[in-house]
Amino acid sequence: MIEKKIISKRFDKIDPYSIADYIATGGYKSLAKAMAGQRINILSEVEKSRLRGRGGAGFPVAIKMMALAKEAALVKYIVCNADEGEPGNFKDRAIMEKDPHSILEGMIITAYATRATKGYIYIRCEYDKPIEIMRHAVEEARKNHFLGQKIDKIDFDFDIEIRLGAGSYVCGEEFALLESIEGKTGRTRVKPPFPTSVGLFGKPTEINNVETFANIPVIIGMGGDEFAKIGTKSSTGTKLLSLSGNVNNKGVYEIPFGVPIKTVIDELGGGVPDSRALKMVQLGGACGPIIPRYLLDMIIDFDRFDEFESKTGSGAIIVMDDRCDIFDILLRNVTFFKHESCGKCAPCREGHNQLERLLRKFVDRKATITDLISIESLARVMHQTSLCGLGQTSPTSIISTLRYFRDDYIDRLESLEV
Amino acid sequence: MMVNLKINNIDVTVPENTTILDAAKAYNISIPTLCYYPDLRINSDCRICSVEIVGKKGLSTSCSTIVQEGMQVKTHTPRVINARKTITELLLANHDADCTACAKNMNCELQKLANVLGIDENRFERVLEVRPIDDHNPSLLRNPNRCIKCGRCIDVCRNIQGVNVLEPLNRGHEIIISPPFGKYLTDEFCTFCGQCSSVCPVGAIIEKDETAAVWNVLHDPQKHVIVQVAPAIRVSLGEELGQKAGTIVTGKLVSALKLLGFTKVFDTDFTADLTIIEEGNELIKRITTGGVLPMITSCCPGWINFAETYYPEILDHLSSCKSPQQMFGALAKTYYAQKENIDPATIFVVSIMPCTAKKYEAKRPEMGSTENNLDVDVVLTTREIGKMLRQMGVEFENLPETEFDEPFGKTTGAAAIFGTTGGVMEAALRTVYEIVNKKPLESLDFMEVRGMEGIKEASVNLGGKIVKVAVAHTLANAKKIAEQIKNNESPYAFIEVMCCPGGCIGGGGQSYGTTSKTRKDRLASLYTVDAAMPLRKSHENPDINKLYADFLGSPLAKLSHELLHTKYKAKHRHQ
Repeated sequence: MIEKKIISKRFDKIDPYSIADYIATGGYKSLAKAMAGQRINILSEVEKSRLRGRGGAGFPVAIKMMALAKEAALVKYIVCNADEGEPGNFKDRAIMEKDPHSILEGMIITAYATRATKGYIYIRCEYDKPIEIMRHAVEEARKNHFLGQKIDKIDFDFDIEIRLGAGSYVCGEEFALLESIEGKTGRTRVKPPFPTSVGLFGKPTEINNVETFANIPVIIGMGGDEFAKIGTKSSTGTKLLSLSGNVNNKGVYEIPFGVPIKTVIDELGGGVPDSRALKMVQLGGACGPIIPRYLLDMIIDFDRFDEFESKTGSGAIIVMDDRCDIFDILLRNVTFFKHESCGKCAPCREGHNQLERLLRKFVDRKATITDLISIESLARVMHQTSLCGLGQTSPTSIISTLRYFRDDYIDRLESLEV
Repeated sequence: MMVNLKINNIDVTVPENTTILDAAKAYNISIPTLCYYPDLRINSDCRICSVEIVGKKGLSTSCSTIVQEGMQVKTHTPRVINARKTITELLLANHDADCTACAKNMNCELQKLANVLGIDENRFERVLEVRPIDDHNPSLLRNPNRCIKCGRCIDVCRNIQGVNVLEPLNRGHEIIISPPFGKYLTDEFCTFCGQCSSVCPVGAIIEKDETAAVWNVLHDPQKHVIVQVAPAIRVSLGEELGQKAGTIVTGKLVSALKLLGFTKVFDTDFTADLTIIEEGNELIKRITTGGVLPMITSCCPGWINFAETYYPEILDHLSSCKSPQQMFGALAKTYYAQKENIDPATIFVVSIMPCTAKKYEAKRPEMGSTENNLDVDVVLTTREIGKMLRQMGVEFENLPETEFDEPFGKTTGAAAIFGTTGGVMEAALRTVYEIVNKKPLESLDFMEVRGMEGIKEASVNLGGKIVKVAVAHTLANAKKIAEQIKNNESPYAFIEVMCCPGGCIGGGGQSYGTTSKTRKDRLASLYTVDAAMPLRKSHENPDINKLYADFLGSPLAKLSHELLHTKYKAKHRHQ
């Protein structure tokens, strides 16, 4: 078995509407354990666990947590990013639908450790069922005094509010998300300052992905050292994967870091249907790299993914067989990002429009060598100069295909004359 | 604390919290910028000022990145230059780049950038979707087809002025900067202060150009064309024509306007003196008869628009005096017309103002003292008169000095300082103090009301009573003052409000590139002008006294009231 169910251990085993089920399966024990000890112990367990953010960028969670804990402000916020909008990602939805309290428990522990005063869960509005379940879970947690005033009869007040997105992809970007909660248009801000110093409503704020929070009770439960033994040196613990595309068994799977992509596709995904040949795989979602078959021995690991300079670590694996046309995929990606760009910074706002036009020339086999040079240069400039993650990572599929599938581009040129 | 770093392998030492942009500048390297503007917030939206920091993967914007010890910065590597060129090409591909048809030609920051970067062809397809132009008001013209979405106008309107008329609509490449819901400026209660037009890097927001109308009338033998010049122009026109910021050009400016063909060149300072007499007497009357206090100055049309729209409940506090521009217009078409025996219908009054809201003010229907005839026919900004003088080929620096024409030429230092924040207050205090206390002031310089602080306060002894006064500039500060009054918490008897930062010297119609530094230079020069004047109190202006004796009667009397005073109307905001 290559699966290792830590985060998904309760999936389909408990009633997500029942806090009793959660408690009966060891739920909220980590919170009790955390609150029985010193706050600093929580921080040090998370540090020892070497947990990295599960939203995609893989930023060390303990650094954010300690930064927030150090802030002296009277009001501090915890925000759970449940705006899972990256095409090909649906693992946060699974956690919310199947084990909602694990997220709440992670948030409460984080709040206790950092002395945060209020939490927000920002869920994309299209997620009807997760919204309903999370709302129910928050209410039940409140009734059971895991949220509210004087939690566990000690001097610790913390409550969680659920906020909904309005359909914008960029609101999954942390600053755009904060702006959205504040009631403003979802557009990113200039960094620094980072959210842990100036975040939501100008207050210190820690923003983590759903899966990241769900890891916190696990770490407190088993201890940071024990947690760090799972996975690889650079990427500890397990990862929820969203496996989709041309595979027999699409779905959410949990594996320890270090498993090769190919193994996931073959063993968990049951291979490509209809005995077709696998052509390529897109990692992380629409903003991730497209890699060829010969790279599939690569293990799932943040450091290995770093070479793509993209936010590949969200765990999406989109499998594409030999019927898929690269330019069809690229054009869909770019059209999506063109629509979702907030328009604040010039390279992202103007760049996607031009990328789309250039790609159409490849689709129509009307491209010239100059277009090839232009698309490569433009993709790199957008990657290097855009203000937020959207524009920085959206050209990844183009940059990676120019690297691994360059011949496909050459094939589409109208002529080879300069 | 000093920070050591390397920029292009040169050792650089700058104070901590310096940006890379400023650090490079201190060592004589200008990193190109586009959305950046001194005094405004760092948006870091255009990404043009990107530089390479050794050890960092992407590029970093130098406007927003703070130097760090040991940092190694490269400002002009091929990677950086390519990025700047690419972004500029992207912007140009979505820009109405018909440069010779643009008012900002040769003054456009995008054009300069393209030139510095050596962009001779654009790799990208033209993607401009032509949108309608908003020219539904007398002051400003918004051309969204030239807008590059830098955000400066939004920032100055929202954060400096607190008016918040502009915002980005839509998203992605469909974004446009506009009043909400794509409405016109007139729908959204723009005050027409024009600060947006003075910071716009391109030709997307410009004043309504009326130079053609003035050229036409200057060559119309049926017209008697006269011009008035606002106080602030004498310390800012030189800059518009290539001289140092704050250069005092009073005499040359009269010569230049004569060269253009104006029959008479008059000084708005004259009616500034007149304003002080009327407004000073109004204040004394309000104080002595239990009138509405505090009284607020009314010479700034941006402020009037703001009050009428956002604070209709405080309109009784506004002085009923017209602005000096409109007092001049009224006198030109009555007193001057009678005196010179000219049909007022043939008199054409041009104003040279540092202001775009003055264009709106001149077109107010109540501003006509003679039948079917507005008192001021055309208002030109500093930039427009600069343009006309360049068109005329006037060699401004070599011009002789000429005096303003009579009967609106003799003025005082008090009038000159109308052009800066605190100036109207100081001028008023010089007169009101002497009238009420019946003794000369020991010192004419009211230092408490001078300078660039947002809200300044002072106390004066008027007839044994200590009276508090305040001075505010920028509408964001005016808002604080207005809120106090609205809540019955204002401790003041008299308040001066100027809409633009620094007052008229920082007006929305002043030269492009105006910053807090240039505003300070202009401000200092106005006080130099004041100090050098033989007369420094409005009530000592002999021609003002003659005007009352020969024509108006006395301050606040019937004719004065008719010609020099006005009424305000609440503008109802659509909800």
